[in-house]
Amino acid sequence: MKKFFTVLLLAAGMLVSAAAAARDVTLLNVSYDPTRELYRQINSAFVAQWKAQHGDNVTIQMSHGGSGKQARSVVDGLPADIVTLALAYDIDAIADRGLIAKDWQQRLPNNASPYTSTIVFLVRKGNPKGIKDWADLVRPGVQVITPNPKSSGGARWNFLAAWGYALKQPGGSDATARAFVHDLYKHVPVLDTGARGATNTFVQRGIGDVLIAWEDEALLARKQVGGDAIQIVVPSITILAEPPVAVVDKNVDKRDSRAVAEAYAQFLYSPQGQEIAARNFYRPRSADVAKQYASQFPATQTFTIQEVFGDWRQAQKKFFDEGAIFDQIGTGN
Amino acid sequence: MTAPLRSRPVGWPRRLAHGGLILVALVFLVLFLLLPLATVFVEAFRQGIAAYVVAIKQPEALAAIRLTLIVAAIAVPLNLIFGIAAAWAMTRFEFRGKALLGALIDLPFSVSPVISGLVYVLLFGAQGWFGPWLDAHGVKIIFAVPGLVLATIFVTLPFVARELIPLMQAQGSEEEQAARVLGASGWQMFFRVTLPNIRWALLYGVLLCNARAMGEFGAVSVVSGHIRGLTTTMPLEVEMRYNEYDYVGAFAVASLLALLALITLAAKTLLEWRYGDEIAAHAPGGH
Amino acid sequence: MRHRVLPGFGISLGYALAYLGLIVLLPLAALGWKASGIGIAGLTHLLGAPRTLAALRLSIGGALLAALFNVVIGLLVGWVLVRYRFPGRRLFDALVDLPFALPTAVAGIALSTLYAPNGWLGQWLEPLGIKVAYTPLGVFVAMVFVGFPFVVRTLQPVLASLERDVEEAAESLGAQRWQTFFRVILPMLAPTLLTGFALALARAMGEYGSVIFIAGNLPMHSEIAPLLIVQKLEQFDYAGAAALGAVMLLLSFALLVMVSLLQRWSGRWAERTR
Repeated sequence: MKKFFTVLLLAAGMLVSAAAAARDVTLLNVSYDPTRELYRQINSAFVAQWKAQHGDNVTIQMSHGGSGKQARSVVDGLPADIVTLALAYDIDAIADRGLIAKDWQQRLPNNASPYTSTIVFLVRKGNPKGIKDWADLVRPGVQVITPNPKSSGGARWNFLAAWGYALKQPGGSDATARAFVHDLYKHVPVLDTGARGATNTFVQRGIGDVLIAWEDEALLARKQVGGDAIQIVVPSITILAEPPVAVVDKNVDKRDSRAVAEAYAQFLYSPQGQEIAARNFYRPRSADVAKQYASQFPATQTFTIQEVFGDWRQAQKKFFDEGAIFDQIGTGN
Repeated sequence: MTAPLRSRPVGWPRRLAHGGLILVALVFLVLFLLLPLATVFVEAFRQGIAAYVVAIKQPEALAAIRLTLIVAAIAVPLNLIFGIAAAWAMTRFEFRGKALLGALIDLPFSVSPVISGLVYVLLFGAQGWFGPWLDAHGVKIIFAVPGLVLATIFVTLPFVARELIPLMQAQGSEEEQAARVLGASGWQMFFRVTLPNIRWALLYGVLLCNARAMGEFGAVSVVSGHIRGLTTTMPLEVEMRYNEYDYVGAFAVASLLALLALITLAAKTLLEWRYGDEIAAHAPGGH
Repeated sequence: MRHRVLPGFGISLGYALAYLGLIVLLPLAALGWKASGIGIAGLTHLLGAPRTLAALRLSIGGALLAALFNVVIGLLVGWVLVRYRFPGRRLFDALVDLPFALPTAVAGIALSTLYAPNGWLGQWLEPLGIKVAYTPLGVFVAMVFVGFPFVVRTLQPVLASLERDVEEAAESLGAQRWQTFFRVILPMLAPTLLTGFALALARAMGEYGSVIFIAGNLPMHSEIAPLLIVQKLEQFDYAGAAALGAVMLLLSFALLVMVSLLQRWSGRWAERTR
């Protein structure tokens, strides 16, 4: 029994020492799934910069998981200093519980999204089904893989991208968009719970002809899979996915880490931060950095959530809430 | 264990039937159990041994292994003590509500993993019953090691008790009563009579409890907070790597877990092989 | 009368109850409290929704079928492992516990790897028109996997202790082999089989991690109830998630009370035949 008490004490000691260190600052960045490499590089660059400018030792801890689940964890008490999630709706949910000021999206430039991405298609080698644009996804015999928007934040971008495409076609209206999306989800044989599950289904299991995915995740998956087994197709028009960033006011005030946390958020907008984002497959906001990486990010026409749907709360309510449009259209064959 | 069925001459149709039964059983075991296990190792070594070693030597993986062992080292002994106490009460005494108690002990088996983590969040989370109080006093349960331990205890709670109850029921209490009549104290009776009688089932229960404790994912995932290197156990590390498209890394860590499971099973098999009949006679798990 | 001789009734029962109270009952009370937040109207709306019903039907129906299958195959495997001697028997015996030990997500990924159309098994099943991965059949396979050890481990000790004399007496009286099995052995095993059945059923009903990787997760078709809970959480609908969780829990608990009663019944049966 003694041993276990020792272990317990040790465990408790670890927590205390993490919280009570004096000259050292610890930040917890709660992020979503595929940002591990991005923030590994951001963190070491920021830590070096802060050390040079202020002399403090900053340690940045990372937490990764599904965006919605991470937001829930913060609401339930995960002491995040900064959240870097997949969609603004998840940060809104944290703000609704009073942990973040309601105007968080105005406190940082560009809707508080230091980098962006778009929604693209992954197809098999040689693009055997000739997929070029959204309309090709609903041709007979084409199978589309996309996760369930009800359980995956990323999949909501996919859904909205498809809706926006249909809306922007000649004669497009809510009715035609609805018909298009309805048709699209009829072509989905497997509705995974998250983006990774969907990628795995498409790449490893060989199911489906097209995977709808974030551009950064598509590039990452292609890099991990290697070779040219899968190709990326950029549609004619797509949504500008803006993964947002926010400092968690209540936590930084309590832990007295606001200065560092805000500097960290600003660092993402710095030339160095932008360069790291581009290197990790996120489209940079900085025009200079974008120019350097132009070959990696083909130009395409994009629209934002604000332009087409108002904001995330409205989009969520209209499409993904209980009994809303996604529930109404149903899926499968 | 009773001797194999050889008490009478066996004709060839009977032998054929035996062979058929064995074949069907083995085909099922191979298809449903052996192949999934093999898959894990095949995927882990897909890019060679070097990639495998790199994947498991990362500091996050080592931290995850350490945390998994710490959590199991706290959860399993607590469930061991509970299992003995519960089995003693259930099998040595008659009282009202015994069936209900039995059902309660089994309850964690049937709680969806999705729920078994959530309940602790509802209890200790910032929005939960005790959350604000804990927060005011600087006590961390959720998103820290205590929460992981609690969720693990919840999920593995029934194992030891379930191993012991049927065995102790079958054994009856005559020996213990005799020891008491001969003047043994309660603890003397327990350590000299009860414990030796149940030690194999106990060990078996601990092994299973331990295997499940190390492998638990769903419940732990909810209370972990996924802070890398700090609150991430091995199954969570598997999931995080999988979600980062690091398939080799995910399966490499998974193979370590499978290996832990296999070591557990091997230990059990070794014990059975050495003390075969003794354990088989007290074969565990049943009712 | 026994408890006058044996010590420790108070402390063992008290400890067990306190532990259960803290670890199991208190958290579940929190669940009930949260679930009550949706109110009667919310609950009827939730349980009346076709999608909820379809998911519950799949979870419960799939679990029932899987448990039934497990009873049959578990009886066979248990019988073979206990009664026959063949090379590798101990290895296979050890393998039975694997589903307990393997993390469910790993099990799910491994199963979907095997049964996908390009998998080791899927590529042989596909030409036969049998689709396992991403269909309700896949849900069934995962449920069989997680529930299997419960049946075998429940059966084994009882099979081992079954009096051979009874069978032989029956046979020497001229009973056919199958008559012996159905008239003598099966009735003796029935309580144990029911116990294993209920445990496998309860486990499979709540299973999430391994199922979502191999089910297609299509609403109304291959979507399980725990997945609905996760989706509700994803919409920050704690009350709805807790309510659905509580409903599933009550179903499971009813099952387990039945098991526990069966257990006592089989215990009495064992004493009678001793």
